[in-house]
Amino acid sequence: MSFSIKKDGEVVVVDVEGQLIVGNRQELKQKVLDELERGEKKFLIDFAQTGYIDSSGLGVLVSLSKKIREQGGELRLANLNDDLKTLFELTKLDTLFQIADTRDRALQSF
Amino acid sequence: MPAALDGEHPGNNVRVVEVDIPSDVRFIENVVELVRRECVVMDYAHRQIMLNVPVALTEAISNAILRGNRDDPAKNVHVRARVSSEQLVVEIGDEGTGFDFDKSLIDPTKPENIEREDGRGLFLMRKLMDRVESVELPHGNLVRMTLHRE
Repeated sequence: MSFSIKKDGEVVVVDVEGQLIVGNRQELKQKVLDELERGEKKFLIDFAQTGYIDSSGLGVLVSLSKKIREQGGELRLANLNDDLKTLFELTKLDTLFQIADTRDRALQSF
Repeated sequence: MPAALDGEHPGNNVRVVEVDIPSDVRFIENVVELVRRECVVMDYAHRQIMLNVPVALTEAISNAILRGNRDDPAKNVHVRARVSSEQLVVEIGDEGTGFDFDKSLIDPTKPENIEREDGRGLFLMRKLMDRVESVELPHGNLVRMTLHRE
């Protein structure tokens, strides 16, 4: 499991490879907060290579969403597979996040 | 992983995984993988293998480590999974003083809770498993989760 970060235009794109769970969620949180502190405002988290997400992982996404909003920024999610979509629907987090089917659509939506 | 062992000699249609881990969340993923692999062998549904089992089991072990054992590395978590062609029964035991399962359950989907960072673990266990039971033991707490194979 790992996270890679790169810039696509003005957007910071984070790829989540493997699981986003209690054992590694702080790493993701810190990486995004570091970028936010540097002044970045637009964030996209791409789950194309993600296995599963637990409640801690969901909690970090909620927390990051709030912090980014507080700084006048935006967070988008992309590429949730059917199982991850179910997870977001069960927890109603699909109503909290802007979720795009593909990375391109998410990038265009900023 | 410390103390990983097969605890039984089950029949052809029952597979058992039995593992003790210290209270360290870094061990969770490996335990989940062991159980998930047996569900694959038993031909469980894709969604059960990719969503129900890994997420519910991660929550239960995480609870045992962080809430049951209060992150005390001297205390262990015991996981025993019995996987048959009918159902998965997985028990997660900790060495803590226990906590009130029902009182800990909130509805994270309510508007006032939707932006909470915590509170989704027990909710997801109940949503993703067919049955979740909590049993207080003399020296710890046991959570038993059952999932019928689809």
